[in-house]
Amino acid sequence: MSDWIRVCLLTDIAPLGSRIAASSQGDIAIFRSADDQVFALRDKCPHRGGPLSQGIVHGDTVTCPLHGWKLGLKDGQAVAPDKGCARRFAVKVEAEAVWLQLT
Amino acid sequence: MKKQKLVVVGNGMAGMRAVEELLKLAPELYDITVFGAEPHPNYNRILLSPVLAGEMTINDIILNPLDWYSDNGISLHLGKTIERIDRTRRKVIAGEGLEVEYDRLLLATGSTPFMPPIPGTDLPGVISYRDIRDTDEMIETARRYRNAVVIGGGLLGLEAANGLRQRGMEVTVVHLMPWLMERQLDKAAADMLKLSLEARGLKFLLEKQTEAMIRGESGRVAALRFKDGLEIPADLVVVAAGIRPNTALAESTRLHCNRGIVVNDTMQTYDPRIYAVGECVAHRGINYGLVAPLFEQAKVCANHLANFGISRYTGTVTSTKLKVTGIDLFSAGNFIGGEGTDEIVLHDPSGGVYKKLVVRNDTLIGAVLYGDTADGAWYFKMVKDEQNIREIRDHLMFGQNSSVGDLGHAGNSHAASMADDAEVCGCNGVCKGEIVKAIKTHGLFTVEDVRKTTKASSSCGSCTGLVEQILASTIGGAYTPAQSNNKPVCGCTEHSHGSVREAIRTQHLLTIPAVMKALDWKTPNGCASCRPALNYYLISSWPGEARDDPQSRFINERAHANIQKDGTYSVIPRMWGGLTTPSELRAIADVADKFQVPTVKMTGGARIDLLGIKKDDLPRVWADLGAAGMVSGHAYGKSIRTVKTCVGAEHCRFGTQRSMAMGVKLERMLFGMWSPHKVKLAVSGCPRNCAEAGIKDIGVIGVDSGYELYVAGNGGIKTEVAQFLCKVKSDEEVMEYSAAFLQIYREEGYYLERTCHYIARVGLDHVKAAVVDDAARRKALYERLLFALQDYEDPWQQAVQQPALRREYEVIQLQEVPA
Ligand code: SRM
Ligand SMILES: Cc1cc2nc3c(=O)[nH]c(=O)nc-3n(C[C@H](O)[C@H](O)[C@H](O)COP(=O)(O)OP(=O)(O)OC[C@H]3O[C@@H](n4cnc5c(N)ncnc54)[C@H](O)[C@@H]3O)c2cc1C
Ligand code: SF4
Ligand code: FES
Repeated sequence: MSDWIRVCLLTDIAPLGSRIAASSQGDIAIFRSADDQVFALRDKCPHRGGPLSQGIVHGDTVTCPLHGWKLGLKDGQAVAPDKGCARRFAVKVEAEAVWLQLT
Repeated sequence: MKKQKLVVVGNGMAGMRAVEELLKLAPELYDITVFGAEPHPNYNRILLSPVLAGEMTINDIILNPLDWYSDNGISLHLGKTIERIDRTRRKVIAGEGLEVEYDRLLLATGSTPFMPPIPGTDLPGVISYRDIRDTDEMIETARRYRNAVVIGGGLLGLEAANGLRQRGMEVTVVHLMPWLMERQLDKAAADMLKLSLEARGLKFLLEKQTEAMIRGESGRVAALRFKDGLEIPADLVVVAAGIRPNTALAESTRLHCNRGIVVNDTMQTYDPRIYAVGECVAHRGINYGLVAPLFEQAKVCANHLANFGISRYTGTVTSTKLKVTGIDLFSAGNFIGGEGTDEIVLHDPSGGVYKKLVVRNDTLIGAVLYGDTADGAWYFKMVKDEQNIREIRDHLMFGQNSSVGDLGHAGNSHAASMADDAEVCGCNGVCKGEIVKAIKTHGLFTVEDVRKTTKASSSCGSCTGLVEQILASTIGGAYTPAQSNNKPVCGCTEHSHGSVREAIRTQHLLTIPAVMKALDWKTPNGCASCRPALNYYLISSWPGEARDDPQSRFINERAHANIQKDGTYSVIPRMWGGLTTPSELRAIADVADKFQVPTVKMTGGARIDLLGIKKDDLPRVWADLGAAGMVSGHAYGKSIRTVKTCVGAEHCRFGTQRSMAMGVKLERMLFGMWSPHKVKLAVSGCPRNCAEAGIKDIGVIGVDSGYELYVAGNGGIKTEVAQFLCKVKSDEEVMEYSAAFLQIYREEGYYLERTCHYIARVGLDHVKAAVVDDAARRKALYERLLFALQDYEDPWQQAVQQPALRREYEVIQLQEVPA
């Protein structure tokens, strides 16, 4: 198991917003839902590589800004009829901070 | 004066239409008695097909409920068949000793389905398709049995077959002729029709003659045998092999009949006290089986019954449509052609379109359309009017609105361009002019009102869309079409754009969660379609009160730059009116160097685009541009974009007005304006119009005496030429009128509706009434816009200066080495 890395404070991400975390594995999009859950996906849409971090977040879904694919934040899976998956990373909120695990 | 007695035999579509027309002309003239063999009030027989297909219910198709009869003092005898007429004593006689005297008698007995002399037609499970009882029986049978056979591949047979299929039965259509609907279609169109019906699961046996219907063990029909020996299973046989005028009653009283009750041009039979209308009639040797001619007959008949005596029925050219949802088919006139005729044919089998026009001596004499019937009414009118088509012959095939490359914004209205005498409703012979007049004189607001008042779209319903368009273009903003009324903003809600706006305004809602709560949104926080719309409605309805929600903005508007395919952004600084200065150009050049901007280009909006900038560089790029006095160009927003100008009177030898100065003033006034969709303006110094004002949301054209204002142009997906709004004298008026126009659009436009679509929906007259004709409203609109814009700051400088906003652009560098 790799270590948990501290990303930022929860309040650094707007509710229904996101931030980009740059890592050795490429950009990772960290999302915050309306009810303060956090999710992390590789910042690359399975369709044509659009930056998911720039999409609109609703419920536990994000709509890609380029061509409107919808991806589940929990599993990175595209919502039907589209097919594809963005890689998912483990994240948690602890002591008001957001933590991420690079696998 | 004692009222005369009118007796009507037949409570169907033609008879009751005649009564309705009569009541309009002479409501007090008669005591009316109606006999109907069916146990129902008058209903719309045509719509039995949608009822069978499960798209409507019997209740939907009742034309005159029982109240109508009593309200108009009509004695109605339902389920009573007139068995005899005593012409000497002027009495009609129903069974059970019921007799009624008449001064005038109207026969409207319709027709009876033709049963070919085939053994077995009397078996249970063998029925015809004519009335509610037949329809009910089919619906009931479809619940319990599997195999249906329809004999007859005409209009009626196919509608029956489609309905039964919709209700889950296996359906075979048996037809004697080599192709379907041979009386309405040529072979090519019929073949395409057959293919698409086959795709819906119908089976066809053409050129087959039925020999017998075979009884099963239960006593019910079980199979069908053909002359060639083939046998197919059949739990239900619907015979749709034609109709015969119902003349039995007339013949029994020795009224002259010949393929129908013979009438003259006033719909009078050989007995001057007796009139007849409908399918039971033969007029000039022709017996009609569609409602359009029957309604014309009814009108003429009523005129004579009312003792007006001034109209004649001279026959009708009919057209045909098939009412199978999803299949568009139209035919009219002589479509087979032959000696002395030319055929213009367009045939695209994979595209599913076939059109054939038959022309003789420069007149169109017939048409068959399959797949695309939009121009049916137009062709039909030419056929009826025997219009000379020489001038338009070369583009006749491409329809009324033919212009090459006309892709069309979906749902755009052609109604506005229709001539007043163009027919809209074929069934009831209602022209556009009549509808417009009715809307204006009676103050009609809904399709239902128009239907009631003019009868348009009250029969087969296929012109409903057109009626809606006419309504929309006539009454403008007062009309909320049923369609967009019902059409929800997105899957998160049942509410339409119109009703959401209304709720925000009337309930003074200020936040997105408040709207969602008040309107029972189905999702916790909407989606990427509804949130931006709600955000716009809130900030435009309650400027200064509702707060903008960046998370509900599309990324371009949230980041104030345009996202590119690779996730970088483009930056377009404002160049007011297209003007720039050496120092601005120098600053742009410096930024391009400093941030290694890959592409620098002139935009179609007459300014400079810096493309390919990384998001985290944006605030620094803006800081440099801001230092040179440049602000956001909003090239990314549903907002004011550009005001293009030409050089105008400042330099040009033809210029009449200072177009550059005018353009800059307009652009400065509108800076920071959010709108339902983007807004572009142009100002030209003279009618040569070098700034292309004719395709802008607002186009201003300088003339000697002032300016001409044009609105609702569009240069994008489909080019729309801007429409003339009015002429004004001064620069101040240009500002005031333009602002007022934009404000009414901002207040009434639906999100993502550009000005051309907004105007198409509400009508230019609606906007003129507010912006041009009503000075007080214009001023109020103008002031509301200025109020909404008063505190707007350049979003670029805000992002530069406010750390909280800058966060949007900052990337977090992960510290992967454990702390
Ligand atoms: C940059 C520019 C093209 C250029 O290099 O010249 C441009 C670029 C885009 N246009 Fe445009 N339009 C540009 C001038 C135009 C013009 C010409 C004009 O403004 O005079 C038109 C036709 C005029 C009109 O709007 O009526 C135009 C009609 C469209 C349309 C169709 C709009 C319509 O109602 O039919 C779209 C699609 C949309 O908005 O839904 C569009 C959408 C777009 C978008 C924003 C697509 C998008 O959502 O990403 C393009 C962004 C490209 C990018 O990678 O940044 N663009 N676009 C022009 C910016 C002008 C400016 O200075 O602000
Ligand atoms: C399923 C179906 C779909 C159709 N689709 C279309 C279409 O799309 N477009 C179109 O233009 N037309 C269509 N038609 C045809 C249209 O419905 C008829 O042309 C129209 O209804 C005829 O009107 P009518 O008044 O002459 O006859 P009917 O509407 O049949 O009325 C006659 C009435 O008189 C009654 N009657 C008869 N004899 C007596 C008597 N002795 N005493 C008392 N009552 C009597 C009958 O019971 C009947 O109710 C369709 C018909 C059917 C059945
Ligand atoms: S026309 Fe406009 S939207 Fe289309 S590629 Fe060019 S810039 Fe993009
Ligand atoms: S790249 Fe995400 S939808 Fe196309």
